[in-house]
Amino acid sequence: MNTLVTILVDGITYASWLFIVALGLTLVFGVLKILNIAHGSFYAAGAYVAATFVSWFAAWQFAPWLSLVALLLAAVAVAAVLAPLTERGLLRMFYGRDEVLLVLVTYALFLILEDATKLVWGANPYFVSAPYSLFGTVPVAGQAYVGYDFMLIGVALFCGVGVWWGLNRTRIGKLVLAVIHSAEIASSMGVDISRVYTFAFMFGILLAALGGALTAPMISVQPGLSVGVVIVSFAVVIIGGLGSIQGAALGALIVGLARALAVHTWPPAELFSIYVAMAVVLVFRPEGLFQQVQARRI
Amino acid sequence: MKPAASTALAAGLIGMALLLALGALLPKWLQFLSTMSAANGIVSLGIVLLMRGGVVSFGQGLVFAAGGYAVALLANKLGVTDALLLTLAGGAVAALLALPFAPLLARYRGIFFSMLTLALSMVLYGVLVKTDALGGSDGFNMSRPTLLGMRIADAWSGYVLYALAVVIAGALAILARIYFESTRGLVSLAIRENELRVQYLGASTTRVMAANFVIAAFMGGAGGALAIMALGHIEPNFSYWTTSGEFVFVSILAGHYSVLAVFVASFVLELVRSFSNLYFPNTWQMALGIFLLIVIRFLPRGIGSLWLDWRRRKAT
Repeated sequence: MNTLVTILVDGITYASWLFIVALGLTLVFGVLKILNIAHGSFYAAGAYVAATFVSWFAAWQFAPWLSLVALLLAAVAVAAVLAPLTERGLLRMFYGRDEVLLVLVTYALFLILEDATKLVWGANPYFVSAPYSLFGTVPVAGQAYVGYDFMLIGVALFCGVGVWWGLNRTRIGKLVLAVIHSAEIASSMGVDISRVYTFAFMFGILLAALGGALTAPMISVQPGLSVGVVIVSFAVVIIGGLGSIQGAALGALIVGLARALAVHTWPPAELFSIYVAMAVVLVFRPEGLFQQVQARRI
Repeated sequence: MKPAASTALAAGLIGMALLLALGALLPKWLQFLSTMSAANGIVSLGIVLLMRGGVVSFGQGLVFAAGGYAVALLANKLGVTDALLLTLAGGAVAALLALPFAPLLARYRGIFFSMLTLALSMVLYGVLVKTDALGGSDGFNMSRPTLLGMRIADAWSGYVLYALAVVIAGALAILARIYFESTRGLVSLAIRENELRVQYLGASTTRVMAANFVIAAFMGGAGGALAIMALGHIEPNFSYWTTSGEFVFVSILAGHYSVLAVFVASFVLELVRSFSNLYFPNTWQMALGIFLLIVIRFLPRGIGSLWLDWRRRKAT
């Protein structure tokens, strides 16, 4: 019973973190049709900037709860500076090319950002665990869990509902939906797709960086962060169906629970439980759970 | 024999003879570098073969590692030491491993194919890292192989492996060219252009794709076998996705028109890698990324298209 609760709580907190990151990935794919390998690099950038900001805040002797603001600011900073630079400066040159080739463009970007983060922050790990203890511990079924983890679940729910509401209930969201459906027709109807692209990319990166910033207090921030994240979030969006928000949520849950189950019952399977889950889903639903089957063009 | 096949054969044999003669004159480091580029080039050749059908495998590390581990285990546990036999065995094991997945993967195109192959290679990586019998994440060493029943003297070991790599790579390159011009090879190209039409013309596209996947797996396994014999050490990183990424890098750099271009591209990558390691060890990935971007931007069909265009211009 206790193990079951642990698996559930672990699985769901892992899933929430994963959902925040994968949501950004799926959004960028939906609008720009780019499966962004460099998504993990923006995640890592979020974590590093968060580590820097939190230590600055600590040095200026701000109140402890303000470190949460530092995390948020870090995500915004990464999205505001790096995202437009990447989209306007680099990705713009490659729009309309083959999807697999675009994956390679982002792979190149991943390689570049990987070394760039090492140049800026060095190879030594950073520890900023102060925000992690802000929420104390919460007892569930006789065991104590860290409150910060539950805060993550809240943030994930907020992001998911927020993005859904933004897309379906606001004017700009509807423009984005139109572009997702068909960029060409949206453009001929007078939608400035170039702005929608930049906006969507920034928002996707904001989510990646937010995921990174929120993780920074839980881990030691060091090189190699980006690699693991991007592969796992790929699995999530592929399971859910590329470009689908509900899909990302369900995919994150499946991956989170599969991983937690493996960790608590048979640890050696931790790494590949995720991919087994993905392979099983794809065998039965080749396009992912929430992807509509595309009409084939002759 | 078709004219294309005999030209490929003649050109391949002359190229191999030249490289074998040249190899004896090369300094040790360049010899090793060439051996590695031939071994890795074979893996990328497999990706190019798939690319001609319109799909890119982002998980060729799977078969690369499978071939490598099979060879290391055969040598250490069963005492099989013949380098040529081991290379073929590496390819065969990788092809066998790919066989059950081939019909499944043959249904996927585009990103899904890439991501599924990636997932498969990461499953193997996950298993290898956690298998203590195979050395876990440290891997293990392999003793030096023999060739055709002879022990290889220390002074000659570099050259013998170089020669073996050149011969295997040359043979596979010739076979690949012949395959590209064969009916199935041409159907692959047609699938890349328009799959639905090919189906309406009566060809089974999934069968062609499955066959391509298995052939590519054989090449990946043989490449892995050569690589581990040259390195003498194997570790799970062989199956990691960044390893696979480098193979894709070479294939994109080469383009899918020329077989020779694959090995040239592989050599360029090895050269860039070793020079970057020497002169700017902390930013070599960055250099690689920028290089890749430049290629995709300005040479979208790869370096192979350079001499293809040149030949066309001469013909007209």
